[in-house]
Amino acid sequence: MDLAERLSKDLDGSFLELVSTHQDLVYGVALRVVGRPAEAEDVAQEAFVRAYRALSRYPAQRIAELKLRAWLARIALNQARNAVRARRPEVELDGAAESRATTGNEPVQLAERREEQRFWLELLEGLPPRYGQAVALRHVEGVSYAELAEALERPVGSVKSDVHRGVRLLRAAYERAEAEQAQLEAV
Amino acid sequence: MTSMTISRDIRRGLRSIRQPAPPSLPAAVGQRLGLLEGYVEVAGPIGPLYVAFGKTGISLVGRAGDPGAFEEEFRAAFGRPISRLEAAPPRVKRAIDAYVWGRSPRRGPAPVDLAQLPEFERQVLLKTLEIPRGEVRPYAWVAAEIGRPRAVRAVGNALARNPIPFVIPCHRVVRSDGHIGLYGAGGPASKRAVLAAEGVDTSQLEQLPAAGVRFIGSDTTRIYCYPTCRHARRVTPQHRILLRSAEEARRAGHRPCRVCRPVEAPNRAA
Repeated sequence: MDLAERLSKDLDGSFLELVSTHQDLVYGVALRVVGRPAEAEDVAQEAFVRAYRALSRYPAQRIAELKLRAWLARIALNQARNAVRARRPEVELDGAAESRATTGNEPVQLAERREEQRFWLELLEGLPPRYGQAVALRHVEGVSYAELAEALERPVGSVKSDVHRGVRLLRAAYERAEAEQAQLEAV
Repeated sequence: MTSMTISRDIRRGLRSIRQPAPPSLPAAVGQRLGLLEGYVEVAGPIGPLYVAFGKTGISLVGRAGDPGAFEEEFRAAFGRPISRLEAAPPRVKRAIDAYVWGRSPRRGPAPVDLAQLPEFERQVLLKTLEIPRGEVRPYAWVAAEIGRPRAVRAVGNALARNPIPFVIPCHRVVRSDGHIGLYGAGGPASKRAVLAAEGVDTSQLEQLPAAGVRFIGSDTTRIYCYPTCRHARRVTPQHRILLRSAEEARRAGHRPCRVCRPVEAPNRAA
């Protein structure tokens, strides 16, 4: 019996399994939209609470047929967008600073990894939000085109074209950054 | 359109951003939805109760007073500790409202966790859940309903060990001979008090069998019931017929009620 079926038969008994199975997806989607880890955690929590309430209203048949990943991604996305919309303007200024904060004494490897993350985050954030988010959801969080189409309630083709456009923009930004780096090193 | 493939370093770079959810997320969600294990103190019909619950439902109920003793009882039964929570999560509140107080309709499967119990005890307790508020049934009825008509005494023992009193209304099961019977949650006086709180006339409950009356029939419908069955209570005094046995009811041309499904009490009343 798959998870959707188990949820349809025993919601309270299997809901926490849904949370632990899909928490990285829900949190990841939230983080890609809101940027800050602490806020993403709140959004992810709220998304799961909403998911639970929705499931407790759905008839068993509907639950058993749910595509859980796409459905959860949609809830997470809506919840995250609401959170962004509800922000006060001054909070906006903080940007995603928290997610790129470094700590003083850490192993070189970890520091390099952080450096790499920071580099890619900045590239992504340089894209127009529509394309940046499409790329992030597809290529950072691993949401499939079919799932994305369902989550965004848009045709697969239009979602794909956003992702491709985003990847092209990202590649251009990446090449620019590499060129700048090369120039710096040549000096 | 340019090539749809995405170069390896871009793919790798994007993957590097990925961050797992904080490990505290499932517990935080479970806490908010009340899907974790814990116990709360709530009002009960004859005094406050401790109600323990896990993700599958209510698992232990006891009269409130000594939290240490209740926690120890839980540990002895389930082999793990339990801690107290400030407020009952909504689904537990709903269950208590519906099952202890009869204030709201019951929905879905019974919110009780009986997984620890042997099959026979589970059957007895689930059957007992069907007895409506304000009514009682004899032990022999439970035994007959679960297809073990001779296991009357075992039914009594199972009910005396009911881990979830008040929610599973073991107080609504009494002896056919009018004795109120055993009660795990405080003895016969408590049992009488809970029934009285639910609107059962406990003196009549004992008087009728003492006078040899087991069932009540109606000379208009020709149907006989247990005295507390809602159909029996609807019969007006002038049409009421007091019956001493199922045999007598049959001879008088009555059939058993389809709601309370009365059974012949065994000779050795239990």
